[in-house]
Amino acid sequence: MLSNIGISLVILILILSFLIIYTASLDLKISGQAIKKNIYKLSLFQTTFTVLSFFTLIIGFINSDFSLINVYENSHTTKPFFYKIAGTWGNHEGSLLLWVNILVIFSYLFLVFSHTHEKKFRLYTVIFQNILILGFLIFLLLNSNPFNSIYPIPHEGLGLNPILQDPALAIHPPLLYVGFVGCSIYFSAAMASLLSNYGGKSFAQSIKNWVKISWCFQTLGIIVGSIWAYYELGWGGFWFWDPVENASLLPWFAITALMHSLIVLEKRNTLYYWVIILCLSTFILSVIGTFLVRSGILNSVHTFASDPSRGIYILIFLSLMIFSALIIFFSKHKKENYSFNLKSKETFILANNWFMAFFLVTVLIGMLYPIFLDVLTNEKISVGPPFFNIVIIPLVVPFMVLMAIGPKFSWIKSQKKIFNKILLLALGAIIINLLIIYLFGKYSLLSNLIFITAIFLILHSFLDIKKFISKKNKTELPRIISHLGFGLLVFFIGINHQFSLEEDFNLKVGEIKKINNYKINFEEIKTKESKNYKAIIGNFKLTNLEKNLVQYLNPEIRVYSDPETLTYEAAIKTKITSDLYLTMSNVSRSDYYNIKFQKKPFMIWIWISALMIAVGGFIRLTLKKNED
Amino acid sequence: MLTKKVKSRILFIILVFLFSLLAFFFIIKSLNKNILYFSSPTEIKQKEDIPFGKAMRVGGMVKKGSIKINQKNIQFIVTDFENEILISYAGTVPNLFAEEKGVVAEGKLSDKNFFIADRILAKHDENYMPPEIKEIIKKNVK
Repeated sequence: MLSNIGISLVILILILSFLIIYTASLDLKISGQAIKKNIYKLSLFQTTFTVLSFFTLIIGFINSDFSLINVYENSHTTKPFFYKIAGTWGNHEGSLLLWVNILVIFSYLFLVFSHTHEKKFRLYTVIFQNILILGFLIFLLLNSNPFNSIYPIPHEGLGLNPILQDPALAIHPPLLYVGFVGCSIYFSAAMASLLSNYGGKSFAQSIKNWVKISWCFQTLGIIVGSIWAYYELGWGGFWFWDPVENASLLPWFAITALMHSLIVLEKRNTLYYWVIILCLSTFILSVIGTFLVRSGILNSVHTFASDPSRGIYILIFLSLMIFSALIIFFSKHKKENYSFNLKSKETFILANNWFMAFFLVTVLIGMLYPIFLDVLTNEKISVGPPFFNIVIIPLVVPFMVLMAIGPKFSWIKSQKKIFNKILLLALGAIIINLLIIYLFGKYSLLSNLIFITAIFLILHSFLDIKKFISKKNKTELPRIISHLGFGLLVFFIGINHQFSLEEDFNLKVGEIKKINNYKINFEEIKTKESKNYKAIIGNFKLTNLEKNLVQYLNPEIRVYSDPETLTYEAAIKTKITSDLYLTMSNVSRSDYYNIKFQKKPFMIWIWISALMIAVGGFIRLTLKKNED
Repeated sequence: MLTKKVKSRILFIILVFLFSLLAFFFIIKSLNKNILYFSSPTEIKQKEDIPFGKAMRVGGMVKKGSIKINQKNIQFIVTDFENEILISYAGTVPNLFAEEKGVVAEGKLSDKNFFIADRILAKHDENYMPPEIKEIIKKNVK
């Protein structure tokens, strides 16, 4: 039943897509400013049906309708209600339907909100967006249909992977999808802009808000994923340079570069072709990331079961996208004159773009090199985290300096004398850095540089805040918050990295272990039964010998029944100054438990500063047109 | 005669070119330093030029009944059904670590029969099999 409704809806969306492309291309020939009412109507219908199809699938999950293969494979009757719903997008097919939803909704919203722009440009955008919609719909129907039915109908589902049954991970995919798939609209707009010769300032204004929206959601999505990895995976860290994390970083670098250069296009009407390249590559990188992860070429924590046929389809589609983008780009490319003064805001924004490009290339090479080597020489290698750390971290040093002083320059040519102030703040940063060394201990030259530049950036941002309070110039606020957030993030990650305490050891129940000034007493284990899992809970008495402070930590080993899986729940005691982190795992046929104990200074501040970066973006979204 | 503007532009292009060359060289160099090669126990036995003391990966199946554990570390034997290697590890094992399951260990070779791991790779799907190990099984188990 639901299967038929779902498939009919998907086919309706497909037909509407064709109709929109057809009527829009007819409308292209008619001069005038207004787009035919028909196209609005068709687009509204398309959006309604898409949302309905998604709700159909959600209803299937809520009712545990196992006549749908997708529900059967990814849900279970005993699953809590919230995770039944989250299960809808916790699998490949369902998340693809969410993907299509965002493509369609953004297409309609763009049509409605772009009415001040040229007709031809808007029509082309809608046409390209619908070509994308078609591509993904055909993929969905042929290869990954969430509405495929199964007969005879099973009585019980296979269940959702327990590590996905977590609030952070329930909201993580929708956030990332709005971020990544949201890029599609300015991919289409960039193509349309090339074809309709609608460039420059007005193009920048037409895509500005879409870029901001997807940037905010991407940033937030990546942070939520990282928080999840911290407390759910039990590895004790928050960033692993895992292929999936890298795949999410690639479009983020491109879009961050785009966010900055778009300002240049809007204010100075230059860098148009560079902005177009960034628009195109952001979405292409999003699809590449999806392709690598879903096809199983890259292995990582994500468990979308891999299927080579998926990979081939996405690869063909991707090649078509890149190919047509290149053809249109080079046939329309004209020479553009750039003449920037060194002491201008434009130059610094361009520098930001170079850094972003460097980071992007580094991560891309680190990600793709093992694949190439495997194909060429059949040698199996992997690129470890040290590679990314060695290449990227030193570059963060000059990056932060430019990030601090760049915004001080004005457009075209700066006359202000800021040299003295920079010197003063640099001196302040060095003194604070020496203070940290004096109080907490030494670290390497590179760490010194990282700390100094991070503090330099933070001090600059504080001065900006002071200026903001006296002047109330709202346009500066989002930038200040995001830049300050970045400075704080690097600073706290540095502190965390330098002064973490980490120990792995094995303990039996009743044993005691001493680490520095902590005494860990493994007192007992208890069991607990919950709706869809059983848990073994360890009771650890942690004594801080210095302060004579006693705390109890209770990590869990959860045994989920459907599907049968073990997960380890870390016990985390968060304080303003540090996190205490303890996980336990059992080792088969042994009384020993594997314990990981960590004291991580300023962990909470890493999250807060990362969130600040995203918050800056959201504030910028709320600014009115004339304030931006 | 070149004008000043043209001159500065040429200089700019050369600088950009040099910088990107330098950046590329830098990336490739650190890449080569940080590659981890994957070997099966048999490959370790057979290869003459296997590097000791350099980080690498070893993978195979955890041999039945081979896991030994004490307060400091875990020892187990990894087999590819032809050859075996003893692995010692101090740290938390991932949740799917068990006898007769695939495992990938990252660390250093101390000699041809003994490997000191500093990371055991986690995977969160009970059906998951690292592709390297899938290949080993395809080759050796019929």
